[in-house]
Amino acid sequence: MSKLMKIFTGDSFILSLVAIIMGLILGALVMLIGGYDPFEAYSALITRVYGDSYNFGEAIREMTPLIMTGLAFAFAARTGLFNIGGEGQFLIGMTAASIVGIHVQGLPVYIHAPLAVIAGAVFGGLWAAIAGYLKAARGVNEVISCIMLNWIGLYLSNMIINNFALLEGENRSVNIQPTASIAIGWLSEMMGNARVHWGTVIALLAAVFFYIFMWKTKQGYELRAVGFNQDASKYAGMNVNRNVVKAMFISGAFAGLGGAFTVLGVFGYQSVMASSPGTGFDGIAVALIGMNNPFGIILGSILFGTLTYGSAGMSFSADVPPEIVRIVIGAIIFFIAAQGIVRWVLKPFYAKRKKEKVL
Amino acid sequence: MKKVYSLSLIMVLALSVFLAACGNKSDNASGGSTSEGKGSSDVKVGMVTDVGGVNDKSFNQSAWEALEKVQSAGGASVKYLQSKSDQDYIPNLNQFVKDGYSLTWGIGFNLADAIKTVAGQNPDAKLAIIDSVVDAPNVKSVTFSENEGSFLVGVVAGKMTKTNKIGFVGGEKSPLIQRFEAGFQAGIKAVNPKAEFIANYAGAFDKPDVGKAAAATMYNEGVDIIFHAAGATGTGVFNEAASRKKSGQQVWVIGVDKDQSLEFGDEVTLTSMIKRVDTAVEKVSQEVIDGTFKGGTETLGLKDDGVGIADTSSKNVPADVLKLVDEYKAKIIAGEVKVPDTVK
Repeated sequence: MSKLMKIFTGDSFILSLVAIIMGLILGALVMLIGGYDPFEAYSALITRVYGDSYNFGEAIREMTPLIMTGLAFAFAARTGLFNIGGEGQFLIGMTAASIVGIHVQGLPVYIHAPLAVIAGAVFGGLWAAIAGYLKAARGVNEVISCIMLNWIGLYLSNMIINNFALLEGENRSVNIQPTASIAIGWLSEMMGNARVHWGTVIALLAAVFFYIFMWKTKQGYELRAVGFNQDASKYAGMNVNRNVVKAMFISGAFAGLGGAFTVLGVFGYQSVMASSPGTGFDGIAVALIGMNNPFGIILGSILFGTLTYGSAGMSFSADVPPEIVRIVIGAIIFFIAAQGIVRWVLKPFYAKRKKEKVL
Repeated sequence: MKKVYSLSLIMVLALSVFLAACGNKSDNASGGSTSEGKGSSDVKVGMVTDVGGVNDKSFNQSAWEALEKVQSAGGASVKYLQSKSDQDYIPNLNQFVKDGYSLTWGIGFNLADAIKTVAGQNPDAKLAIIDSVVDAPNVKSVTFSENEGSFLVGVVAGKMTKTNKIGFVGGEKSPLIQRFEAGFQAGIKAVNPKAEFIANYAGAFDKPDVGKAAAATMYNEGVDIIFHAAGATGTGVFNEAASRKKSGQQVWVIGVDKDQSLEFGDEVTLTSMIKRVDTAVEKVSQEVIDGTFKGGTETLGLKDDGVGIADTSSKNVPADVLKLVDEYKAKIIAGEVKVPDTVK
């Protein structure tokens, strides 16, 4: 019990929570200025997401890739790398899963679907490992190479879909083989055709894997050590370069999985995209909200997913433009990033605490 | 002790937000989400945009303006939802369908798959889509013969060019946008076989910067008239033309979907290829109000006034060219001129 209490009264948890509340209040103020009723809007948001099983299922669909891209960013961040390339890794994972899902034929479902998922993870990981290798071998800043790889990934994906899997006369690929689908048919039917899929389960397992790998294994210890201080790690006899590539690979594999789920679980095909979907960038925000902690990221993606998916409810029932929701999300991230402001707001409470201690 | 204190503080904060939300719910349940339509009609028409949104100065906007017109005429109450990504199409359509809307529009060919799925899952719901054909008994598909309208502006361009070089800037390279290019090129060929034709696809409908760059390249190569079929990307084409016009260069843009001279001015807008998305949306919505709605496909061409050139064209286009345009229009309607719909 006291351990549980500690989680909920831990510094970072309180800071996040207060930042979220401040973001919601700021959003409410913006709505008031715009002449909208914030209470009606927020209740519409909540009703939309948790009101019925269909929308709840769809909201989970919205959250799942965010968990993956959030984990991707956090994993790299824990090892001292700024992986802003989640977007490109997501797309490459998507494309790899599509190609395996479309062109590999005649396999039973229990081999084909996992194979497609793994292909997404491996190629997403390799895509990130390019940036990792450039950093390790040539000292190229991973931020620069990741941003470039995002664009290369977008156009490479489009090129691959256009040339190898295009559905004649349409702007998308042909459908994946039914054996590659990871949609959960029976649950989907129960939830009014909401597009729920096994990816959600894998995403939760991935968060557990993240935790165990990072904090309970020797390799994880090395990765974190490299993140804290490269020189000290080198002195201690660790291979810094190999760890950088490894960290980027695992990070990219998370993002690639997110992309694979989107193709195999949600759409069943891949569109030729005019611009990148943005899931990778949203993942950075989710990781920030979750303080780079795997379980925080699950909570962060629930919040982020609720806000983005519920925003349609706000515009539907309360006529609030979806831009306002973006303001709320932006405000929350702002307050989390600018912890000084939150600490300043909380200062009176903390001061009281200290007094208690003295007594 | 202090932990209990801060925990209870959080709980109070959370509870107050929650209670406030609940407290208000009861009084907006009665008057909450009803639209401000004047009519007492209980017909509700919903519309789902693609990622462009209702201020795209293009077909989403045309469609929404048409629905607003239907609403102010008292025929129905209307509402729209904007999609943030292609994952939103199905939930947004379902929002309307599950709320019992009499008709739900999907605007743009990007929504075709979503409409098909939702129509299959809700056989009682009525849906309609612009720019794509969805084969389902409860879906009305409205498409346009863009190639015919583009042919007419091609005639204008072919006659009006001074440098004998004409450009085309498209959005995504899709069969739909290629219909514009095919018709435009055929129109130019018909009146000016010697003119050089350059086509460029920006790859997106929402990238004005790319449109501007594409236009700059073309104008530098000596092109003096550009026809764009690129949604908001075309805004960049207009901007580039406007800045060149200011520095004294004689360049033109041909607008698309709406009469874009109203938006960007007569100085740069030679004419516009109009696509009457608004008429189509109004017509089909009216069918629902009248109870005569039937699924199926309808293609609106020149003879239905589904496409055409802007009425304000006479400001920049001389009368003899307009006369030629009218002649070709008559010929196309009569079937004497066949306009290709694919790029060779």
